[in-house]
Amino acid sequence: MSQALRRIWGMLYRHLAMYRRSWPRVLEIVYWPTLELLVWGFTANYFMHASAGPPALTGGALIAGVLLWEVMLRAQIGVALSFLEEIWSRNLGHLFVSPLRPAELLAALFGISLLRTVVGLLPATIIAYLLYHFNILHLGPVLLLFFANLLVMGFWVALGIVSLLFRYGAGAEALAWTVAFGITPFACVFYPVTVLPGWLQPLARALPAEHVFQGMRAALLHHVADWPQLSWAVGLNILWMLLALIAFGREFRLARIRGALIAIGE
Amino acid sequence: MNAITVRNLTKRYAHTLAVEDISFTLPRGRVLGLLGGNGAGKTTTIAMLLGLLVPTTGSITMLGHNMARDRFAALARMNFSSPYIALPGRLSVVENLTVYGHLYNVPGLKHRIAELARQFDLTGLLKRQAGDLSAGQKTRVALAKAFINKPDLLLLDEPTASLDPHTGDFVRTTLEQYRAQSNAAILLASHNMAEVERLCDEVLMMKSGRIVDRGTPGELIARYGRDDLEQVFLDIARGTAA
Repeated sequence: MSQALRRIWGMLYRHLAMYRRSWPRVLEIVYWPTLELLVWGFTANYFMHASAGPPALTGGALIAGVLLWEVMLRAQIGVALSFLEEIWSRNLGHLFVSPLRPAELLAALFGISLLRTVVGLLPATIIAYLLYHFNILHLGPVLLLFFANLLVMGFWVALGIVSLLFRYGAGAEALAWTVAFGITPFACVFYPVTVLPGWLQPLARALPAEHVFQGMRAALLHHVADWPQLSWAVGLNILWMLLALIAFGREFRLARIRGALIAIGE
Repeated sequence: MNAITVRNLTKRYAHTLAVEDISFTLPRGRVLGLLGGNGAGKTTTIAMLLGLLVPTTGSITMLGHNMARDRFAALARMNFSSPYIALPGRLSVVENLTVYGHLYNVPGLKHRIAELARQFDLTGLLKRQAGDLSAGQKTRVALAKAFINKPDLLLLDEPTASLDPHTGDFVRTTLEQYRAQSNAAILLASHNMAEVERLCDEVLMMKSGRIVDRGTPGELIARYGRDDLEQVFLDIARGTAA
């Protein structure tokens, strides 16, 4: 194992050891996706029986939307929360004077976030199948692209939050739970972008999620992969990730100049 | 060869001059004490040595590596301990040491952890959560972490703060033995003057961000016409030196 991989594994081990000892943290991982799925699943069930429209549109799109949007939310919270764990345990000082590079720290945070996302969504996916007879795997291989795009979107949103934590310290920790939810109305999870007022539509189209969910509806309703929309999602994710990495690098450098790494937990 | 070479180091914040134009060296195998009252600039200096803080001007070379360009090569051969920076309390002692063993790429990690557990009397505590330990036990774990990579340079911020006399003596003896066995350099910031007299080959006295005096403990005591280093410290801190 290369030295870089071993350091990344060290950080993954640190978080896995923590979860092994803390059932409330494990419960938190599966709690929200399951709860969201239950609320929206029953709502979808109601619509399926009340609406004259195709059931796949009224029910399937809602459930698939909930499950896929949770990928973004869990990915973002997974990264931000794992970074906050280091602040809360006053461990950042040790990490930043070890040979661990910032890029390796990010790789570990992304890795633990991916694990959290998969573990968190597994029960919700099973419940969707058992309770609502909705099998998200029926979306086909394109599901992997939806998942990957929303995962990456969660990562760059979290990088923005971590950058703000470098700037404002632990006082900005509430952003870890609120920022992604604030994006939800513009992500067009449950409705097409045309539902939004005209002046809001460019904002929504600048988000990869809008294109992913257009693609998801195309896959559900017409059983086709909407490659132009997916291409937009990939391109926008690359652009946003680059901007987030620049922001992270800049704020980390400024934190080292301001002395914020010494007092980040205060 | 010097473990630390600091040249004309200054750290200026918006409205504060935290460290002003300090220069010093620490040769391999020597122990350097960094003394000063609160706000003297010790923590800022240590933070710059560790790469946590970027100096405004000046240069730092640690173990032959320029910290502005190549800090990770130096950090791999250094380590640090402070009672003010914790290890994750939810992790057991052995898990904490495993994490840092991986971060420092320690070969034969299980064997090394067992060795440190014997050295720091942690064998019975390895499965305990770090957050549940007493202050003295936490300090021993933090020191075990600081020794995990057999560092060529140790930076210790008040290593015996809040320890009982027996544990404090154990820590000081451990540092003396490690220095003798490994030829490692140690930079020690401490408010325990007896400890500094016992361990340090040279002492830097800091006040208001500057090095105001330096020398061996014996030289400083003689220069100020005092009986011990504590009285010298008080003379400098209060500005009552003759």
